[in-house]
Amino acid sequence: MIDNHILAPVLIHLFSAVLQLIAWRKTVTQRIISILGTFLGTLLAIRLLADVYSKGVLTLNASNWEAPFGIVFVADLLSATLVLLTSIAGLAVSFFSATGVSRQRMLYGYFPIFHFLLMGLNGAFLTGDIFNLYVWFEVIIISSFVLMTLGGRKTQLEGAVKYMAMNILASTFFLTGIGILYGITGSLNMADLSVKIQQVQNQSLVGITACFFILGFGIKSAVFPLYYWLPSSYHTPPSAVAATFGGLLTKVGVYAMIRVFSLIFIPDEFTRNLLMIIAVLTIVIGSMGAVIKTNIRRMFSYLIVCHIGFMIGGIAMFSKIALMGALFYLFHDIMVKTNMFLIAGLIRQLRGTMDMKKLGGLYAQYPLISLVCALVLFSLVGIPPLSGFWPKIYLFQAAFTLDHYAFVAALIIGSFTTLYVIAKMWAEVFWKDSPDDVTVEDKFEPLPMFRKILLVLPICILCLVTLFIGLNAEAIVQLVDKISTQLLDTSPYVEAVLGKTK
Amino acid sequence: MELILIILLGMLYAAGVYLILRRSMVKLLLGIMLLGGGTNILIFLLGGIVKGKPPVIAEEAKLFQDVFADPIPQALILTAIVISFALTAFAIVLLKRVYALVNSDDLDDLNTPEEEDI
Repeated sequence: MIDNHILAPVLIHLFSAVLQLIAWRKTVTQRIISILGTFLGTLLAIRLLADVYSKGVLTLNASNWEAPFGIVFVADLLSATLVLLTSIAGLAVSFFSATGVSRQRMLYGYFPIFHFLLMGLNGAFLTGDIFNLYVWFEVIIISSFVLMTLGGRKTQLEGAVKYMAMNILASTFFLTGIGILYGITGSLNMADLSVKIQQVQNQSLVGITACFFILGFGIKSAVFPLYYWLPSSYHTPPSAVAATFGGLLTKVGVYAMIRVFSLIFIPDEFTRNLLMIIAVLTIVIGSMGAVIKTNIRRMFSYLIVCHIGFMIGGIAMFSKIALMGALFYLFHDIMVKTNMFLIAGLIRQLRGTMDMKKLGGLYAQYPLISLVCALVLFSLVGIPPLSGFWPKIYLFQAAFTLDHYAFVAALIIGSFTTLYVIAKMWAEVFWKDSPDDVTVEDKFEPLPMFRKILLVLPICILCLVTLFIGLNAEAIVQLVDKISTQLLDTSPYVEAVLGKTK
Repeated sequence: MELILIILLGMLYAAGVYLILRRSMVKLLLGIMLLGGGTNILIFLLGGIVKGKPPVIAEEAKLFQDVFADPIPQALILTAIVISFALTAFAIVLLKRVYALVNSDDLDDLNTPEEEDI
C-alpha cells in the first residue's frame, strides 16, 4: 500500500536540523527546536507504527518511479518499531543534551548534527533499496564523526581516528558487496533482489557477496574480530553522544544484518555456522573485557559488544523462536543501552568522575535517582520480570531445540558476567562509602531545579519504556511474533514493493 | 579493456590493504582512498562495459533490442565518489588535528591514558 507519510519521521529531523542551522549560535532556540522536533518525531513514529500494524507493509516510491527502477521506501513492522525506538531514544538524548552538553559544543553545531544523525538512522530503517541503505549509512557515519570529534580534546580525537578508519573501511566493504550484487543480479531494490538472487546460477558467488555484507555490517555492529574500535572510542565523547552511539549505531548494523539475511541472502549452513561462531566469541570476549574495566563507560562499551552477540546468535539460528528472541533483545537493548550511558553522564555530573574506584556513596546522597538507576541496571541484567529476562527465554529455547550448546554456554557466561559487573558497579558506585582521599566535584547540586529535571527526566522516560517492555511483555511478544513471521516469509514485503502480479 | 581494469582493480585493492596495515596515519588514509577507488572501478566493471551503445531508445520501439550501456553503475559511482570526497576531506582535517595534538604520525601513539575531562 502506498503511503506518503512514511517519510515523515525522516523529514521532521531534516527540518529541525535546517531550522537549527538558521538559528546558528542561538543555543536556547536550538535546544527548544531539538526537543520539539524529537517530540513530534516520536508522535509521528507512533502513528507510523500504528498504521503499519493495522494496514500491513506501507511503501513509497520516490518521485513516483515504480519499483524496482526507482528508490523505494518501505515501512514494515520491523522498520516502524525501530523508528519508534530511535525516536524515543532521540527524545531522551535531546532532553539530556539541553544540560548535559557544554555550550561550546552547542555553538559549533551539536544539535543540527544530532538531528542529521537521527535522520540518517530513520532513513536507514525505512529504505528498501540497498544502495540507498549505503547512502543512509554514510549520512550516519559522517554525522557521528562530527559528534565524536566535537570539542576536540586529545583523547576524543584519538578515539575518532580509530572510529573513522574502521567505519570508512566497513562502508567500503559494504559498497564492494553492493557492486558484486548489482553485477550478478542487475538490481538494487531489496525486494527485487530477493526474487532475483534465487535465479542466479553461480550460487558460490552469492556466498562470497554475503561474506562482504557480513564484514561490512560486522564492523558496524562490532562483532568479535572486528569490535576493537568500539571500546577504544565510545568512552571519549560527551555522554549524550555516547548514549546515541551506544544505543543506536551498533544496532543499525544488527538491523541491516537482519534485513539483508532475511530478505536477500537466506542463511545457508555455512553462513549460519559462521555467524554462530562469531556470536559465541563476541559474547565471551565482550564479557571478559567488561570484567576488567574500572571506568564505567569503558565497561558499558564492552557490555555493548557482549550483548551484540546475543542478537547475532539469534540471527544465526534463524528459526522463528530465535528471531523472536533476537528482535526482543534488540528492542530492549536500544532502550537500556541509551539509558546506561545517560546514567554514566549523570554520575559524571554528580561526582565529576567515571572511575569506579573514585566513586561511592551515591545511594546515601541521592536515593531516588539511585532507585531509577537500579531499575535500569536490573533490566539490563534481566532480573524477571524486567525486560532483559524475556528475550533470553526465547534464545535459550531456540538454542536447545537446535542443539547449539556452545551458544547456550555463551549466553549463560554473558548473562552471568553482566550480573557480576553490574553488581560490582552497584556496590562500588552506589553502596560503598565515598573514598576519603577524593575531592567530590558536584556539578549537579548547584544547578537550578529546571536543569536538574532536564538531566533526570530522560533517564526516567527511558526507564518507564523499559518497564513497559518488561511488564507488558505479552504485547511485545505479539509484536516480535508478527515481525519474525514477516522476516521468515517475505512474500508480503515483496508483494507490497513490487505489486501483486509478481 | 576488461582485463586491464581487472588488473588495475586488483592492484588498487592490494595496495589499499597493504597501506591500511601500516602504522602511519597518512598511509592509512591513502589506503582507504585507494580501496574506495578500487571499489568504484569494481562497480563500473560489474555493471558491464559496452562501447558506443547509449541507453537511448528509438521512438517507435518499446524495448531495448540490443545490448546497451547501463547508466546505473555510473550513477552509483558518482554518488560514491561524492561521499568519499566528503569523508576524505573530513579525515584529512581530523588527521591534521591529531598530528598537531599528538605530534606523531604513528597509530600506536594514540593511546593517551584516561583523562577526566569529559
